[in-house]
Amino acid sequence: MTVRVRSFPDVLLSVENISLSFGGVKALTDISFDIRKGEIRAIIGPNGAGKSSMLNCINGFYHPQQGAITYKGVRRSQMRPHEAAEQGIARTFQNIALFKGMSTLDNIMTGRNLRMKTGLLWQALHLGPARREEIEHRREVERIIDFLEIQHIRKTPVGRLPYGLQKRVELGRALAAQPELLLLDEPMAGMNIEEKQDMCRFVLDVNDEFGTTICLIEHDMGVVMDISDRVVVLDYGKKIGDGQPDEIKKNEAVISAYLGVSH
Amino acid sequence: MFYREAGQFKVTYSADMAIFPIAQDRIAVLAIVAGAFLLMPFVATEYFLNSIMVPTLILALAAIGLNILVGYCGQVSLGSGAFMAIGAYAAYSFAIRVPELPLLVSILLGGVVSAMVGIAFGIPSLRIKGFYLAVATLAAQFFFDWLFARVGWFTNYTPSGSVNAPRLDVFGWTVNTPVEKYLFVLAVVCVLALLAKNLVRGHVGRQWMAIRDMDIAAEIIGIRPMYAKLSAFAVSSFFVGVAGALWAFVHLGSWEPLAFSIDRSFQLLFAVIIGGLGSILGCFLGAAFMWILPIFLDIALPPLGELVGWKMDKATVSHFSFMIFGGLIVFFLIVEPHGLARLWSLLKEKLRLWPFPY
Ligand SMILES: Nc1ncnc2c1ncn2[C@@H]1O[C@H](COP(=O)(O)OP(=O)(O)OP(=O)(O)O)[C@@H](O)[C@H]1O
Ligand SMILES: [Mg+2]
Repeated sequence: MTVRVRSFPDVLLSVENISLSFGGVKALTDISFDIRKGEIRAIIGPNGAGKSSMLNCINGFYHPQQGAITYKGVRRSQMRPHEAAEQGIARTFQNIALFKGMSTLDNIMTGRNLRMKTGLLWQALHLGPARREEIEHRREVERIIDFLEIQHIRKTPVGRLPYGLQKRVELGRALAAQPELLLLDEPMAGMNIEEKQDMCRFVLDVNDEFGTTICLIEHDMGVVMDISDRVVVLDYGKKIGDGQPDEIKKNEAVISAYLGVSH
Repeated sequence: MFYREAGQFKVTYSADMAIFPIAQDRIAVLAIVAGAFLLMPFVATEYFLNSIMVPTLILALAAIGLNILVGYCGQVSLGSGAFMAIGAYAAYSFAIRVPELPLLVSILLGGVVSAMVGIAFGIPSLRIKGFYLAVATLAAQFFFDWLFARVGWFTNYTPSGSVNAPRLDVFGWTVNTPVEKYLFVLAVVCVLALLAKNLVRGHVGRQWMAIRDMDIAAEIIGIRPMYAKLSAFAVSSFFVGVAGALWAFVHLGSWEPLAFSIDRSFQLLFAVIIGGLGSILGCFLGAAFMWILPIFLDIALPPLGELVGWKMDKATVSHFSFMIFGGLIVFFLIVEPHGLARLWSLLKEKLRLWPFPY
């Protein structure tokens, strides 16, 4: 195992004292951590710990009752999902949220929608700027398709694809937005070893080549310890650990949470 | 053997983005369109043009409009009849109140007015979905039925409430005979169908489909639901409105509000579902099914009855054809819920492999 020691001076996003509850259920209690520019940040924790809820707060899908999130120097107590997208935050979901009736190509093209600007009339004529724009973005999307090695399913409706490939297409759609911050909710869940290795390679390559900051949730500890720079550990909605993988491995609270020691 | 994709490599993205990327499809469609323009006027009888071709084409256009909303954007509407009426009465108003306007412009303006009303009635879709939205659009249907029947201004205060279309002058060409009417409608429908196809395969079309397939995910990748939904309502209502104006001016010639009742809305919805949700080609197939089949049944039933020695009177024929038609719709929806367009693409998939299916 290679030890990745990299340093990241700039904070891209910081979460301050976030609390979120649904009726009586406290999903998150007073969580604070930061994500630095260029790093791979993992969020781990047992089932129901509040990991997905945390990502949902970051991209404006859930609105926390308390606390604030500072992203690129702007402090907000909440924002709308499309604002988050406009600000360069893209994500994938734990239980795949693709557009099932559309082809792989169309799904990824849709990921570029914020960059497509021509008006309705030009699009109706499919001439001039609309046509140029479509071709230009198609070129970008083909690059992503090559990168993810999904050329053969370009025209297949995604509803017909196996699970592993759907996860890949969803990553493609998120990448198409050329995000600054990429949130991945269990990108490798339910995959076999080979698929996991592919996915790890994609995540590392995206981070290396484009400098994209990545925040991912993952249950496979081997993967997490291998690819992430820093790890946050949640349990029952509380933060119980935060640090580099080696530190986390030695952290008593984390070990007991994972071994199921009673609280 | 004749239907092969092999060897047709696309070297540019624009070739791959073509509406019919396969050469055989392109040739077939061009042949059909050429035949419709050049051959049909000479071989078809007046009855066939007037009672079959013209109404089928106009209904297909309306179905395209409805399909954009229902099939592509996933918003249910039971009010398409009302939007045809809005297009018709608005075009009529422009034609009689601003006589200088060319007729084609009045018809298109009818569509524009319909689009604006469509946006207004699309606003509830930002809050409600599915069944509730269907009820809201149903309210639009009844409201406009009432409005055009009761408010004299729309019918230019004709005592009977029935309205006569102005003379059909298209840039100096008077559209009079069945052949001329057919060619005029065919030209308008072809152009608009092409524009619709461009929209649904482009950027905005993908936004509509994204909203249809999963609105939450669409919002998370930056699509604004309000823009996507309201643009679908606007574009859809435009097409339906233009179809309404054509229906009134060209097909009917003179009409009453009844021409655009709730029956029309259901007819269009069935055409869209039977043709195939999310398919422009399917709109033509669905419209043909909905318009031609009842006529065919009316003609075919009496001789069939006599075959078994049963002389049907007119009422019996119409009852029977109604029942058989309804039965066929149900049968069809059960056998192929994805519509005629889907059958067509399955057939093509088979053809591509034929005669070696493995
Ligand atoms: N929309 C919601 N409505 C009500 N409760 C919710 C909602 N979303 C999450 N919760 C609750 O919040 C808690 C945390 O859920 P969350 O999905 O964030 O966990 P998780 O760490 O992602 O778990 P897993 O590993 O199973 O994905 C759970 O108790 C869950 O039931
Ligand atoms: Mg989760």
